Amino acid sequence: MKKLPTITMALVLMTATACGSGDSSGSDDGTITMGFSQVGAESGWRTANTESIQQAAEEAGVELQFSDAQQKQENQIRAIRSYIQQDVDVIAFSPVVETGWDAVLLEVQRADIPVILTDRSIDSADDSLYETFLGSDFVEEGRKAGQWLVDNAEGEVNVVELQGTTGAAPAIDRKEGFEEAIAGSPGIEVIATQTGDFTRSGGKEVMEAFLRSHDDIDVVYAHNDDMGLGAIEAIRAAGLEPGEDIQIITVDAVEAGMEALAAGEINFIVECNPLLGDQLMELAEQVVAGEEVPKRVVVEETTFTQEEAEAALPDRQY
Amino acid sequence: MIRHHLFWPVAALVVLLVVNTVFNPSFLEIELQDGHLYGGVIGILRNGAPTLLIAVGMTLVIATRGIDLSVGAVAAIAGAIACTWIASGGDALTAMLLALCVCVLLGLWNGFLVSVLGIQPIIATLVLMTAGRGGAMLITEGQIITVDDPLYRQIGAGFLVLPIAILISLSVLLAVAALTRGTALGMLVESVGTNPRASRLAGVSSRTIVWTVYVFAGLCAGVAGLMISSNVNAADANNAGLWIEMDAILAVVIGGTSLAGGRYSLAGTLVGALVIQTLTTTVYSIGVPPDAILVFKAVVVIAVCLLQSPRTSELFGSRRRAGPARTRTPEVSAV
Repeated sequence: MKKLPTITMALVLMTATACGSGDSSGSDDGTITMGFSQVGAESGWRTANTESIQQAAEEAGVELQFSDAQQKQENQIRAIRSYIQQDVDVIAFSPVVETGWDAVLLEVQRADIPVILTDRSIDSADDSLYETFLGSDFVEEGRKAGQWLVDNAEGEVNVVELQGTTGAAPAIDRKEGFEEAIAGSPGIEVIATQTGDFTRSGGKEVMEAFLRSHDDIDVVYAHNDDMGLGAIEAIRAAGLEPGEDIQIITVDAVEAGMEALAAGEINFIVECNPLLGDQLMELAEQVVAGEEVPKRVVVEETTFTQEEAEAALPDRQY
Repeated sequence: MIRHHLFWPVAALVVLLVVNTVFNPSFLEIELQDGHLYGGVIGILRNGAPTLLIAVGMTLVIATRGIDLSVGAVAAIAGAIACTWIASGGDALTAMLLALCVCVLLGLWNGFLVSVLGIQPIIATLVLMTAGRGGAMLITEGQIITVDDPLYRQIGAGFLVLPIAILISLSVLLAVAALTRGTALGMLVESVGTNPRASRLAGVSSRTIVWTVYVFAGLCAGVAGLMISSNVNAADANNAGLWIEMDAILAVVIGGTSLAGGRYSLAGTLVGALVIQTLTTTVYSIGVPPDAILVFKAVVVIAVCLLQSPRTSELFGSRRRAGPARTRTPEVSAV
């Protein structure tokens, strides 16, 4: 991890010299220059997100100034300031945290550069600080998971829920959406819910405890694939067949999850799509051209059944 | 009996087991399934095995008046190396040996900083605590490495009637007990913890002893890391063994080993590790809401520590002499 700050430094230096050397990032030549500050490289999902943005920029002919914030807000603020100095055409970033952006975004606003938020939003009273927020609708993901269950459930169904990290937006929203979707079905009941911290070992340990304290579990709803994969191990250790004796619904659709889905161990996955590069470039072109864009743009996301997973697996990028 | 240093930890363990049984009457049942045992208690033993193993190493370190904060990071490194090796087509046995060799080296590094350079243990091991996790992430390139190897699966999730993981941890515990209590080694460790300078002057090679306990702690952390990653067939550099050093230190302290060094109890560590794992399992089985978990755990731990403190036992002693023993009952149920 030690070498990353040096890379960031080098990037900042490089871009600074580029700025000093002349008009390489000016907006007059017709090509759009975008400054993008990524959260980090903490998961396969995030890596796919980064690659999608880089690839889409290349295809759309957008000059991308990319920097990795390594999960630190200060790095991100520094990157945004350097983008202001370079006078890029548009700044996009995935905020590491929700708060503390007002000052730096005011600077951006004064420099008359439009801002697009991706994947995560910010918590600010002043929503004129950014043009639009492009990201997943976690509540909708929970709703899709619940809806599949409502459509496929017969009779009494007991659900156990493996929540994400307590207090994290995806955990709160995916729980809310799921509850909303099953509210009209009295046969479906969530009999236990607990946090598995979005990790495999968390999912496994909580599921083991659930299996011991409840002998009537029909469905597991996990807020991400990893916890679902942990639950599969626990179910198997209890002598049951995952996907058959206990059905599993998860959110994310990362590679390991899709493989388990295709193998019949998971029954349904709601996609949380990191491939938002194309949509981001489209929005960037619109805001640079001065067009009105909606304040909230939802990433196009789908869902996968076991058959769909088998068909989609060979072409998946992450 | 109430004066025995293990009375309250054991009482806490019993209360937790009773609470579990009340909520789930079949909790204590153990059944035979596919040739191995299965049940609530077995689950506690298996999930508690890594914490117990790390706590055994930590006990000796603490007995020399030291502390090792790097064990969680070392565990993450062990899992990362083993899984990366297996995922790139390597053999599981080589992978595990390689991982453990690296962990011994990391233990040597900690021991070198503490015993040769004389750096405060908490600072010396803090270096590896932060840098180590970064190292594990470099090895896995920040990704979760999934493996599927029948041999590797055994160490964390396998069974020889009992879970293999707890068999390993208990054997290490017994071996350490035999080695340190059967010979003078335990006394030498304690003497180094009481007064390193006086021990050296009395002819005890303090440096070697201190260095050795850090290497041993590193090795224990390595094996625990293999268990953690093998249990889910994956290496997660971000989360594997996260905060396990705190659980291990807590287990050691609950077991009556003094952080000031010079006195240790391996039986106490065993009880302490079981209390902590049972507590976690209890939280999941009785349905404590996720946002209340930390508070719930803290209350139990504080209650045990308070009851165990010398002041409280003095109070109990005098109150028992003064009044009827009945006053004890509400305190127990408060746990």
